[in-house]
Amino acid sequence: MDHTRKIDGRFNLVGGDFTNAGEASTQLKKILQLRGVKDSYIRRASIATFEAEMNVIIYTPAGILRYDVDDESIKITVEDMGPGIEDIDLAMQEGYSTAPEWVREMGWGAGMGLPNMKKNSDVFRIDSAPGEGTTVKMIIYLNKGEQS
Amino acid sequence: MKLQKIIDTLEAVTLDSTTNTGLEVGWACATDLMSEVLYYAHENSLLLTGLVKPQVIRTAEIADIRVVVFTRGKEPDTETISLAKRKGITLLVTPLSLFTASGRLFSAGLQCCPYT
Ligand SMILES: Nc1ncnc2c1ncn2[C@@H]1O[C@H](COP(=O)(O)OP(=O)(O)OP(=O)(O)O)[C@@H](O)[C@H]1O
Ligand SMILES: [Mg+2]
Repeated sequence: MDHTRKIDGRFNLVGGDFTNAGEASTQLKKILQLRGVKDSYIRRASIATFEAEMNVIIYTPAGILRYDVDDESIKITVEDMGPGIEDIDLAMQEGYSTAPEWVREMGWGAGMGLPNMKKNSDVFRIDSAPGEGTTVKMIIYLNKGEQS
Repeated sequence: MKLQKIIDTLEAVTLDSTTNTGLEVGWACATDLMSEVLYYAHENSLLLTGLVKPQVIRTAEIADIRVVVFTRGKEPDTETISLAKRKGITLLVTPLSLFTASGRLFSAGLQCCPYT
């Protein structure tokens, strides 16, 4: 497997599309597996991406997921055209959720998504303002020596 | 714990005749909240849940969970079953409640995913 080649790409996310919810993260997972990235990094990247993808599907009309992978890191940016987040510190708290009942019936709304993205990435940044959408940037560093 | 022992302990049925009953399961996680699964579950663990939705299979795939047990005899729909089959995830159905199923597995020696 050629680890020196840089790969990047994007997926369009459609809000409310629960049938395909998780497809982008699943495809990214396959791309990382084909590249031969070590399982533990793939797992962290997949979990963080999936949580970000679900938030776009639940809370916004549309978004874009971009990935950038090279020898050193996996970079993921998820940008949406949603309502934005008023109080980011509050949203980051474990257990804080505004998910409505129908979303909770599907198993979401634990208020653990953003904390989970932070837990699984080495660098986590969230930019958001009411009316201006939300952008989440995550970086997972790949330890070259450990890569299988 | 071997999958066969889990099936026996939970009086469960498998939804696929090709199930590998020799599969070794490391830990268990019991919840209906998908982010809790993603936050706490380890790879190679078992998920016990009362939520019967394709979301559960997607979450299991992302978290590298190989076995999902639906409690209180809740049968998943064909969409959920075929998604699980495509993803290579084993589905079990137990007549027991989430509480009783968890208690039985715990007594039999299966532990909660350790927090990392
Ligand atoms: N992209 C987004 N656009 C608008 N609001 C968001 C977005 N992402 C998160 N939020 C807000 O932040 C809250 C917390 O998000 P988080 O992902 O941590 O939990 P959750 O989605 O409510 O539940 P879980 O992710 O555990 O299923 C959400 O309930 C929502 O109010
Ligand atoms: Mg969320």
